[in-house]
Amino acid sequence: MSSLLKIALVGNPNSGKSTLFNALTGLHQKTGNFPGVTVDKKTGVAGISGEDGNILQVTFIDLPGTYSLQPKSMDEEVACEVLKNKNNPDYPDKVIVVVDATNLKRHLFLVTQIIELDLPVVLALNMIDQAVTLNTEIKITTLSQRLGIPVIPVSARKQTGIEQLKKVLAAEVPLSGKKFVAPEINPAAESIARYNSISVIVNDIVQDQADDQKLSITQRLDKILTHKIWGFTSFLFVLLLIFQSIFYLASFPMKWIEELFIHFSDWGRLYLPPGELTELFINGVLAGMSGIVVFIPQIALLFCFIAILEDTGYMARVSFILDKLMRKFGLNGRSVIPLISGVACAVPAIMGARTIGNWKERLVTILVTPLMSCSARLPVYTLLISMIFPKGKSIDFFNVEGFVLMLMYLIGFVAALAAALAMKYLIKTSEKSYFIMELPVYRSPRWNNVLLTMVEKVKVFLVDAGKVIIAVSIVLWVLSSHGPTGKFEEIDKKHQLAPTLSNPSSVAAEKLQASYAGIIGKKIEPLIAPLGFDWKIGIALITSFAAREVFVGTMATIYSVGDTKNTQSIREKMMAEKNITTGAIVYSRATGLSLMIFFAFAMQCMSTFAVVKRETKSWKWPLFQFAYMAIMAYGASFLVYNIFAH
Amino acid sequence: MVYKVPYSISTFVRRMKEHKNVTLDHLKPGQKAKIDTFTDYEMSLKLMEMGCVPGEIVILKHIAPLGDPIAISVSGYLLSLRKKEASTIIVIVLSED
Repeated sequence: MSSLLKIALVGNPNSGKSTLFNALTGLHQKTGNFPGVTVDKKTGVAGISGEDGNILQVTFIDLPGTYSLQPKSMDEEVACEVLKNKNNPDYPDKVIVVVDATNLKRHLFLVTQIIELDLPVVLALNMIDQAVTLNTEIKITTLSQRLGIPVIPVSARKQTGIEQLKKVLAAEVPLSGKKFVAPEINPAAESIARYNSISVIVNDIVQDQADDQKLSITQRLDKILTHKIWGFTSFLFVLLLIFQSIFYLASFPMKWIEELFIHFSDWGRLYLPPGELTELFINGVLAGMSGIVVFIPQIALLFCFIAILEDTGYMARVSFILDKLMRKFGLNGRSVIPLISGVACAVPAIMGARTIGNWKERLVTILVTPLMSCSARLPVYTLLISMIFPKGKSIDFFNVEGFVLMLMYLIGFVAALAAALAMKYLIKTSEKSYFIMELPVYRSPRWNNVLLTMVEKVKVFLVDAGKVIIAVSIVLWVLSSHGPTGKFEEIDKKHQLAPTLSNPSSVAAEKLQASYAGIIGKKIEPLIAPLGFDWKIGIALITSFAAREVFVGTMATIYSVGDTKNTQSIREKMMAEKNITTGAIVYSRATGLSLMIFFAFAMQCMSTFAVVKRETKSWKWPLFQFAYMAIMAYGASFLVYNIFAH
Repeated sequence: MVYKVPYSISTFVRRMKEHKNVTLDHLKPGQKAKIDTFTDYEMSLKLMEMGCVPGEIVILKHIAPLGDPIAISVSGYLLSLRKKEASTIIVIVLSED
């Protein structure tokens, strides 16, 4: 097993390639990058049994979808490079070309091109079940003879034909050696010649291509979903439904998780030996983790909805109805997908902008996507909204929190458009803009795919965010429970001298203020005071520049230091917080709103910064992005605070 | 049949006159047409790999709510393109419904 057999999956977008990849590899997948470029590379290892009964270990590589071997975007370039360059480390031993059996003609275009590369090719005739339903008869043996390659009918969705496909792959796959067009100098003439020879094949092997029947459900749906009025109405309805259910459905598991963590720390206090390490574990690590684990239900739901929108084909319609509007802002209909995905996480969203061929449109999309409210802001918004808009005003399913939350998302969207408009005039280009895009047939979501995406994203979120949060929590705990020598002792002594005046929580508050973290917070307080923030928020703002969700964890840590009971949730602790000198509530409506706006606009995410640097191949753009967003955040927060504070 | 892509304006104008053709963006919803030629070479390459080949039948299916882009059915699927892009495709109108 020194070197595994490499089998690449190639196909047009929407050919069901990823579903087949999932069916072949199951959960044994990993996502990485192709060397040198940042295009997602999905690989999976699986064992396939050969004729002699031996199990053959195979690495399957899921190449980005492409319509031809003349690349027009970065994604397509990668697929072509892997297939054409024998020295590429991913150059496959065998290739599976996935085609949609209900749309053979267009899909065979790529197939014939790949056959001419002289690679061992197996054709996976996907969605064969749907072709049967549509009474489309395909002469499989004839197709196999004409192309000179094995043709296996499969249904990736229903998992049929997979074993047969594996069996063929395990055996020796002969080279086809066929040429479908004479080599032409003129690519246009070559395309036409290729289609002509494909037409001949398709006419011979396919009977009754009932196009209209195939499109009938899709057409009826599109009549509504791309309608002048109903198109936008249904889009807004879908968005509202998503946000309402994220808030409503997630609230139950979130409560359980919150309670679980309180139990955990109670248990820790009871059974762990008292001391520095226990304190660090309970008030540092556990408090930091609870702040983040609690939001997993919401994040999982959000990724689930995005996956459903993509999988059903609705996302392409959203691009279609919004293209003209997007163009006015210097964007492209395709920008809608990164922008909407940005609601989940800016990092994959920014990578998703690769499908935009025009550099300027792509750059502007990348620059404004982080303004879309991502799932990392969700914990911050949720916490703050629940504090400044107390419960009790909900009418059945519709609740005030859900509404305010949707408003925050809307603000992010409007800000993204406004920023795009400004950049439209700042960045110059002469490159042409295109919107030639397939509108896939509506399909019910493949729950398996949705589930896999959801699990994968949550895992990445937990691991990546978890690492940062634990590290930050530990550093923060150390900084906030230690201070310059002598300071803490002084406080203890003062309170011992006048025991009647003191209670444990005021001792803790004074100690926090005297700690290193307190000193740092106090240093930056003058800068953020105009926004209505105190020094504790200041500490959280610094730490959340690593990642936004750290804010909640930081707050949890800060408010847990010195707390020996730990029976309140962070929310209750923060709501009870009063200004030591004035006695006013710290989290007033003005401060809360100002803080939410700050989080809406500021680019507090190292991963986004890194991915923008990678995607634009320069320091200039991520730095520019960081600066413009910081200025926006400060200005807007200042305005909001001053409007609501008076 | 052998199709050629014209590269000169004169060929294009002559063809327009001969066939009384229209460009694809001028179709009405539901109208059927046959692709004749292209007026933009670079665009034609993109369009052809998406199945828009001379001789193919297209039907205008939808117009986006804001009037642009449009969606056509071609070689068995739905393709969305902007009016500006559609205006580089010369078609022969087949039905008036």
